[in-house]
Order: sequence, then structure tokens, then C-alpha cells
Amino acid sequence: MRSPLSEACVQIKPSGIRKFFDIASEMKDAISLGVGEPDFDTPQHVREEGIHSLEMGKTFYTSNSGLKELKTEICNYIERSQGLHYDPNGEVLVTVGGSEAIDIAMRAMLNPGDEVLIPQPSFVSYEPCAILAGGKPVIIELRAEDEFRLTAEQLRAAVTDKTKLLVLPFPNNPTGAILEKADLEAIAEVVLEKDLYVLSDEIYSELTYKGKHISIASLPGMQERTILINGFSKSYAMTGWRLGYACGPGLILTQMTKVHQFAIMCAPTTSQYAAVDALRNGDDDVKMMRTAYNQRRRFLVNAFRKMGLDCFEPYGAFYIFPCIKEFGMTSEEFATRFLEEERVAAVPGSAFGDCGEGYLRISYASSLDNLKIAMSRLERFIGKLRTQQAGKAE
Amino acid sequence: MREELLAIIEKNSRIDLKELAVILGVEEIDVANELAALEAEGIICGYHTLIDWEKTSLEKVTALIEVRVTPKSVHGYDDVARRIYNYPEVNSVYLISGGYDLMVILEGKSLRAISSFVSEKLATLDTVLSTATHFILKKYKDHGTVLSVSPTDEREMITP
Repeated sequence: MRSPLSEACVQIKPSGIRKFFDIASEMKDAISLGVGEPDFDTPQHVREEGIHSLEMGKTFYTSNSGLKELKTEICNYIERSQGLHYDPNGEVLVTVGGSEAIDIAMRAMLNPGDEVLIPQPSFVSYEPCAILAGGKPVIIELRAEDEFRLTAEQLRAAVTDKTKLLVLPFPNNPTGAILEKADLEAIAEVVLEKDLYVLSDEIYSELTYKGKHISIASLPGMQERTILINGFSKSYAMTGWRLGYACGPGLILTQMTKVHQFAIMCAPTTSQYAAVDALRNGDDDVKMMRTAYNQRRRFLVNAFRKMGLDCFEPYGAFYIFPCIKEFGMTSEEFATRFLEEERVAAVPGSAFGDCGEGYLRISYASSLDNLKIAMSRLERFIGKLRTQQAGKAE
Repeated sequence: MREELLAIIEKNSRIDLKELAVILGVEEIDVANELAALEAEGIICGYHTLIDWEKTSLEKVTALIEVRVTPKSVHGYDDVARRIYNYPEVNSVYLISGGYDLMVILEGKSLRAISSFVSEKLATLDTVLSTATHFILKKYKDHGTVLSVSPTDEREMITP
């Protein structure tokens, strides 16, 4: 019998930390600092808008590219936050989460052999999506000494004549790194010079703690070569609603909409109605959550400093990425032992690329009370490890 | 910092200075100064504790009383309110828009204690036209806190 499987699919590596996740999901009583989703509920008024739409019988498909009202609100939002103008008719596509937008953007843009630059550590989907779209992922390893920012030098060094697309995942999951205007300008210069396109994943754009987020699309000459991806999961605590969007040049969006229409039809209707309300009336909710995250972030930075755990101060998303190299074990071993011995789940940095080895992703989408307990356990845990190390050294 | 500080201690007045300084990203001395200023300006009026009395063995009855009054002078409402809030069993007094004038929240040991307060002390004030007393049967949420429900984390493990 011949193989029923696609070679491209088989070629994709399964998540290397499966085992860790299996243990973590079994341990119900553990404090989970492993999840990448807000601990807040979707704002009540947004939920009510979703319920209202159901009561009004709005249970049909929307148009493929999304509800007109929603596309208009998305454009208004990008206009007021980034000063960028997109046409709701043809330059916006509502997707099933930001993840779908990543997938179809690559499928719409890549030809066999096209190289896709993926800075790591980063979200795990870029690499497999690039492979499935026929592209060739090329990893750029970000460095702790750069605070995990992508530098123009690293970008320039990675470009070949086959390079087509740069993935720009900032504010970053898992490191919490951001890019500021000067960083973006240096990167844009290389992008323009080398004639690249950018997939800018800005899903955490509302969660920055040092000035407002700037989209690379807002720099001169960049809008026409950028696919801007965002969504509702992180900023409005709407992960389960599965709603994101992509904005970009009509030429690319037309092709993306084609893939979307054949694979998905349209994003969930209820979620789209709720999202209209989120964009119209959700600013205060976003601010409330951002303030809470920021307080927790400061608490963690201080806690690590006190423990003597090496960690740069992150200014974005809701992750902090301490270095655990001093303990001489892999991040998976560290995370597994931390979970088993102290019942706190945090994700090994290696889940986000080889260069994440030696780090731990701690999510602060968890209450300050939980974080306090978790940090006292972490302090006890690393105290124990340090004592063991000192014992061995003698 | 002022509004963020107030929002934090409104939820947790026992949080210590050191921790406040860390999560606000400022120095301890600045927090202490700001708290002192807020107290001096009468913005912080007290540090109370939210108690679910129903879980204790103590009997307590709370009533909301709508009071209609005829103010006798320019300071009429303030004068009536003062007469009422000076009674220690009165918890809160608000001037209200709409169908009545004052909302009085009263705590008593029993229904009888409350009804005698209303009939003997409140209704007898010559500015008071009428009262309507509502007894609280169950407190679900108080001062922004849901009573008697402990939060659970329902998020599932999903590959990052």
C-alpha cells in the first residue's frame, strides 16, 4: 500500500515539547503560567453584543471577506492608532484568528523555493506555515544582548537573492521584546533596498508598556509591501471567538481572500458582530487590562532581580523570558522539574526555536496573587538547585 | 500615578508600600507621600474591610430606606442628612435624584431594631414626609467583589 501522507506535512516537525505539555495538562492543581491567553473574560458588553446578534437571528454567513461594518471599524481603528489608511473594500480581510491570516498570507505570496526570514524565538506557526506554502524558512536567531530585537545587521546578513518575505513578530511572543521607531526604520531600509515583503504580526500591538506600538507599515514606502496582521484575542481577551484580520495591498489581499473563501468561507458571524462592539466601545477595557498586565510585569521584573535570575526587561505582550542557563539543564528539564516539584507550569524556551534554549517563557496573564505564589515557589526551586550545584562543586 | 494607586488600594488596602512601589514603577517614598497627600485632601477617607457577615454567627440585617423630605432652607437637604447620619446605626446616606430624596442604608441586629429605628427616629423628624424600607435578603456582590464564589482557571493547555 502506498503512503497516504503528504510529504510536505510529514516533513513538519511536531512540537518538541509534547511530553511537557502532556504532563502539564494532566496537572489540574498547578498554577499555570504557561498559557498564552488573557486571564480576563471578554468584556461584558462585547459578549452581550454577540448574544444580541444571536437573538436577532444573525446566524448566516457573512460575505467572504467579512462583515462590512467590521471591516470599516477595523480601518477606522488602524487609521486612529497608526495613521494608516486602508480601504475596507479590498484591503481588509477578516480571518479565523491571526493564525489563519499568517497561513493564507504565506500561501498567497510564496513560490516554491522562496525564502522566508523568521526571527526566533517566536510564535511556533510561522515555520510550518512557510513550509506548507512551499517556501523555505530561514531562521534568524535573536540575541538576549539585543533584548531579542531584530537588528538591521542580522537581517542584512540573512538576505539572499531568494529571500522574499520577512516575518516581523513584534511585540514578541515569547520574549516580550518590542521594536521601537529607530529599530523599524533600520529594518525598513534593508527591506526596501532588498525588495522584500513583510508579514507584520501585530497581535500584541495593544500590549506595550513603553510608548505606543508603531507598525512598520506606517513608515514611508512600507505600506505597499506589508501585510499587517492583528486580531481580537489578546487585546480584547477574545481568544475563543477566533477572530483576526489582515490588511495590505489589494493585489495580495485578493489572493488571500481567494484561499480564505475556499478553505474557510468566512469567519464566525457571532464573533464578527461582537468584534464591531469591541472596536467601538472597548478602549477602556483594553486600558484596564494593559494597566493590570503592566503592574504584574513590574512585579515579575523585580522578583527576578531579587532572585538574581538574569532577565532583560520586556516591554510588550504578556510574557517575560528569564535565562536559566546557570542551572546547567535544558529548558525542558527545568520546566518539567519546576512543574513536578513546585506545581507551576511555564513553557520551555526551546518550544519557540533552538535559540530559545536556556530560557523559560512565563506568562503574566495570571492574577497578581497567583504570580506571587508562583514566584515564591520559583525562588525556593532555584535556591534548591543552587544549593545542589554548590554541593557538586565542592 | 494617583488614579492607578487609588484603583489598586480600593481593591486591596492592605498592600504594602514596597509592593505598591514595585508595581507602580516608582520609589517607595513617592508612594508614601502620595498616600499622605490623598489622606490630607480627604480623598482617601478610610481603610475598611469587606466582610461577608452572613458567614459569621452574628445576626445582622441591612435595610435600604427611601426617604422623602421637605427641605426647610437652602441647606435643607444637608441639614436633614446630618440629622440622619449622626445615628451610629446608619451606614450610608445619599442624596438621590428621582422619586425620593435620600437613600439611607441601615444596619441593625434584627428586623425589629430596624423598624423601630424607622418609626421612632426617622419618621418622626418633621422634615420627613414618607419612608419606604427594603430589607436586603442576600448580597451577591459588594464593593466590586463577588461574594462566595472562588475563581477557577478554566483555560486549557494549548500549544503556544
